[in-house]
Amino acid sequence: MLPKLFFGYYAVVIIVLSLLVVTRKNPVHSVMWMLLLFFHIAGLYLFLNAEFIAAIQIIVYAGAILVLFLFVVLLLNLREELLIERFIGTWPTALVISVSLLILVIRAIQDMALAPPGNHSVDAIQAETHTVALGKILYTDYLFPFEIASVVLLIAIIGALVLAKRKMRSPQ
Amino acid sequence: MPEFVMPDLAPVMPEIVMTILALVTLIADIIFKRKETLAILSIASVVLVFFVLFGTPFKTTFNGMFIADGYSLFFKLIFLLNVVLTVLISMRYLVIERVNFGEYYSLILFATLGMMLMASAGDLIVLYLGLELMALSTYILAGFITYDMKSNEAAMKYFLLGAFASAFLLYGISMIYGLTGTTDLNAISEYIILNGLTANPVVMLSMILFAVAFSFKIAAVPFHMWAPDAYEGAPTSVTAFMSVGPKAAGFAVLGRVFLIAFGSVRMDWSAVLIPIAILTMGVGNIVALSQTNIKRMLAYSSIAHAGYALLGIIAGTGEGLASVMNYLLIYAFMNIGAFAVIIMLRTEGFKGDTITDYEGLAKSHPLAAALMLVFMFSLTGIPPTAGFMGKLYIFMSAVYAGYTWLVVVAVIFSAISAYFYLRIVMYMYMREPKESVSLAATPALGIALAITAAAVIIIGVLPSAVVSFARAAVAGF
Repeated sequence: MLPKLFFGYYAVVIIVLSLLVVTRKNPVHSVMWMLLLFFHIAGLYLFLNAEFIAAIQIIVYAGAILVLFLFVVLLLNLREELLIERFIGTWPTALVISVSLLILVIRAIQDMALAPPGNHSVDAIQAETHTVALGKILYTDYLFPFEIASVVLLIAIIGALVLAKRKMRSPQ
Repeated sequence: MPEFVMPDLAPVMPEIVMTILALVTLIADIIFKRKETLAILSIASVVLVFFVLFGTPFKTTFNGMFIADGYSLFFKLIFLLNVVLTVLISMRYLVIERVNFGEYYSLILFATLGMMLMASAGDLIVLYLGLELMALSTYILAGFITYDMKSNEAAMKYFLLGAFASAFLLYGISMIYGLTGTTDLNAISEYIILNGLTANPVVMLSMILFAVAFSFKIAAVPFHMWAPDAYEGAPTSVTAFMSVGPKAAGFAVLGRVFLIAFGSVRMDWSAVLIPIAILTMGVGNIVALSQTNIKRMLAYSSIAHAGYALLGIIAGTGEGLASVMNYLLIYAFMNIGAFAVIIMLRTEGFKGDTITDYEGLAKSHPLAAALMLVFMFSLTGIPPTAGFMGKLYIFMSAVYAGYTWLVVVAVIFSAISAYFYLRIVMYMYMREPKESVSLAATPALGIALAITAAAVIIIGVLPSAVVSFARAAVAGF
């Protein structure tokens, strides 16, 4: 009963917070709600015995990424931003489509037959600790995707340089 | 306890070499002042990868995450060809657009690396990361003209909708993982069959989410909204690159995921793909009729061609898959050829991307007009060009699989497409030139045009070599 209550709290609060993030007119408010959202997601991870992911969630998302967001928001002209409508005119159509997709997903999920658990059961992870288990698996079974991810990050850096630094034109 | 075992690196050699050479190209940017050197370096890299590719054994490695087989080899050849042709048509164009920066070439190589990983992916995680690598590089390339609002708009729209599509893909992956407990394509298929999950709604929903995500990548209707704006605003050379490479990579993963992982629910996914294919051919061809910008017109044409190629996947046979691969190779030649002519018209102070700019081109530049004529005939599918052969094989494979009515629909839309392709031919040959158009012809562009035009005609007359190669490639699938 208690785990269900715990999960229920996080699930409901995460949905409410996500709605607040997208509906606020003031971008600073949106970012603040998002901060709270990230903390709740971290709480959910902790509840799932994933303490490493929870810590990363706080450090990377709540710490680094959100500060970056705030910097960008502070560069905006807030007065102008407040006058702009939050949603474009066709939002009711989008809402109808989203709600029907949601109903479809809920209907489908009811027939979900969970796969048998793998090697990393809750007990195995508790014995080994989550960080150790994750580190080992990243450098053995998932070495290949891990290496590809490093190239993806490199592209992100190159992209930031190309798009942000170069406002000049090359000589003819 | 997982122990580290050195994986067999031989099957991944082309990708490793590609990564190293892309990094070398990136660093060479600092050393070489003349960016043409980088263009030659990137072509040399691709040629080297080409030779490594043929020395690669057909094996799986990294616990089945990476598959080197004939199927992936064929797609990788399309990607490498795409790089060579794109680089050849870019060299002068980048100078004219005044964005002659070295990162362009390394980004093209990295995007191609992503496509190669997608074609070889035997695991959904590798597939997703390859797709992101390709997409991220292409977003940056689309916005490469940073001082141009249209280029920025193209990159922004492509990025936002691409990220949206990735979310669908991840949602699909998470559902299938929850259901089967694995991300390996073969294991998913086995689990679904062994546990009798073929009628499970979660499998259906996951399959639909995959179909949506891949439809975004190949620009199929109704998930094509990004394509016209992205194709129009992006630098023309990047448009040529985008319309061939990512589309072919999208088909590569579509074929592998749907025929292997979802092989047991073939009737269900063909029921999803058939309406998508019909809509794609319909909207692509009909909206193309009213375009005045040639890049936008070719964007809709590219949407329509994705619709024809989908027919081969719907057929669901090895023959169908071979015809799709054959078609994508032919499409690479004819589409980049057409873009090479468009790029030739772009000179300093003259955009040359509206259809009326082609009026009377045959009088002022007969050779350029003749080449454009060949590519337009091929895109329409008129014999003896390669475009006809490509369509013929696709339609034949669909007829053999029992989709005759679908082929009739496709032929009708194909007939509609003749109007907007041949309109350009009509403008070039039957109208008087309004203003004198000068061409930015360079040896590199000449080589690209010679390769593409020769390939379009040779494959059109003697298609058997390419077709039997494609058939052999899917034999081990």
